[in-house]
Amino acid sequence: MSGCGLHCLKINHITVKAGGNTLVEDVSLHAHCGEITALIGRNGAGKSTLFRALLGEVPHSGEVVFTGHNGTPAKHKPRIGYVPQSLNLDEGSPATVLDLAVAYTSRWPAFLPVPGKLRRDIAAHFDKFEAADLLDKPAGRLSGGERQRVLLAIATRPHPDMLVLDEPVSGVDEAGLLRFYDLLEQLRQEDMVILLISHDLTYVRQHADRVVLLDQRVLVKGAPDEVFASPQFRQAFPKGGVR
Amino acid sequence: MFDWLSYDFMVTALWAVLLMVPLMALLGTMVVNNRMSFFSDALGHSALTGVAVGVVAGVSDYRWMLVGFGVVFALLMNRIRRSRLSSTDTVIGVFSSVGVALGLALLSAHGNLSNYQSLLVGDILSITGEELTVLALALAVTVALWLVCFNGFFAVSVSPALAKSKGLPTALLDNLFVVLVAVVVMLAIRWVGLLLINAMLILPAASARNVARSMRSYHLLSVVFGLFSGVVGLALSYYQGIATGPAIILVLAAVFFGTFLLRKK
Repeated sequence: MSGCGLHCLKINHITVKAGGNTLVEDVSLHAHCGEITALIGRNGAGKSTLFRALLGEVPHSGEVVFTGHNGTPAKHKPRIGYVPQSLNLDEGSPATVLDLAVAYTSRWPAFLPVPGKLRRDIAAHFDKFEAADLLDKPAGRLSGGERQRVLLAIATRPHPDMLVLDEPVSGVDEAGLLRFYDLLEQLRQEDMVILLISHDLTYVRQHADRVVLLDQRVLVKGAPDEVFASPQFRQAFPKGGVR
Repeated sequence: MFDWLSYDFMVTALWAVLLMVPLMALLGTMVVNNRMSFFSDALGHSALTGVAVGVVAGVSDYRWMLVGFGVVFALLMNRIRRSRLSSTDTVIGVFSSVGVALGLALLSAHGNLSNYQSLLVGDILSITGEELTVLALALAVTVALWLVCFNGFFAVSVSPALAKSKGLPTALLDNLFVVLVAVVVMLAIRWVGLLLINAMLILPAASARNVARSMRSYHLLSVVFGLFSGVVGLALSYYQGIATGPAIILVLAAVFFGTFLLRKK
C-alpha cells in the first residue's frame, strides 16, 4: 500500500441541502487506499447525492480532504475516476464506445478519424477490462455488464487516486456482476481509494473492507460483519437486502 | 443545368447556403444529442421579441441587438433546463410563447408589424456580400470551437457527472454551447426565418443519426445531407418559383424520411 502518495480520503461533515430538504446530513467517513468502502442504504438515502457532492456537482457544506502518508496533505489535486449508474444515450445514438473513450480520456476531437496510436492505446487499456472488443459497438446498445466494464475502463484512464462507483440498480446479470467485482479486486491492488454504492449486499459482504449504512446521515459504519449484524441494518433492510 | 447560377444574387445565395448549412448541420448534431430541439425552437421564436426590443430602443440595425437578446434569452432558458425541474419542457414552452407574443405585441404597438413579417419566413436571396463575410466568420469560429470543445460538449451531454469527474468545466461548456447556438440562430434568422430555422438546425443531424454508426459519420453525413439539400433546394426554388427556405427544408425533410427507411437496425 506504500507509494500511492494519497493514503486516505476524509469526508468531514458533508451536508447537502436542496429546495428546503436536507438530502445528506453531517456525513463524515474515512476511506483508505487499497480498500473497498461500500455505501449502502435504501433508495433515496442520499448515497448518489453524497457522490455528487464529492465530485463538486452539487453545493454542499463540509470538506473533502485527501491526505498522503502520515496524514500530510496530498501532493497533487486527486484524480477522481467516476462510474455513473447510467448514461444519457439512447439506442439510436451514433456514438460508439471508442467515441466515448476518445472524448472522455483524450484531447483528440472525437468527431475526427481517430489516429491509429490513440486507438491502440485505448484498446490496450480496455483489454484489461475485457472491453477491447466493444470499441466499435454503439454505446447506447451495450448490455448492463458491458456498460459497466466500459465505464470502469474510462474512469481508470488516466489512473485515478480515487475510484467512485455508482452501481446500477438493475440491468446487470449475475455473470456481469461477478466479472465486475473481479475487476474491482484487481483495481484494489493498484493503490486507489475505492468508494462503491452497491445494491447487492451479498457482494458487499464478500468484497468490501468497510461498509457505511446511510440514511441521510451515517447510521452505522465499520467492518461488513459488524454493520450487517447491527439493529440499524436490520431496520433498513428487514428482508436482508439481497435483490 | 446551371443556368440558375447566371444571376449574381443566386451565386451569392449559393455561397450563403454553402456557409450557413454546414454551420447549422454541425451545431445540429449536438442539439439533437442533447434533445434540445424544443429549446432551439423557442430560441428562434424569441427573435421576434429581440427585433421588437431593437425597434423600441430605436436601433436602426437590429442585427446585433438580436444576437445580444438571443444570448441572454438562451442563458436564461438554459438555467431553467439545468435546474432539473420535472416540467422543463413546459417552462421552455412558456418562454417560446412569451417570445412570440411579446414580440408581436411590441411591434404592433409601434404600428409596423407588417414590416417585419419577412422575419417569419426569411429571404436567403437578400443576403449581401458583407453578410457573407459575417457568416464565414461564424463558420470559422464554430469549427475552431468544435475542434477545441467538442469532447467537452459531448462529455457533458452524455454524463455531466462523469464529465465533472474528468475535471471539465461542465456549466461553462453547457452555457458556451447554448450561446453559440443563440448567436448562429440569431445571425441566420433573417435569411431562414423563425418558422423554419429550427428545421434547418435539426433535420440534417436527425437524418444523419438515422444511418450514422459513429461520431465521425454522424458529423460528415449531417454536413453532406445539409449541403445536398441546400443546393438542391436553392435550384428547386429557382425553377419552381417557390421561396428558398421552404424549398431547402422540404428537400431536407425528404432526406430525413429516406434515411428513416434505411435506418440502422
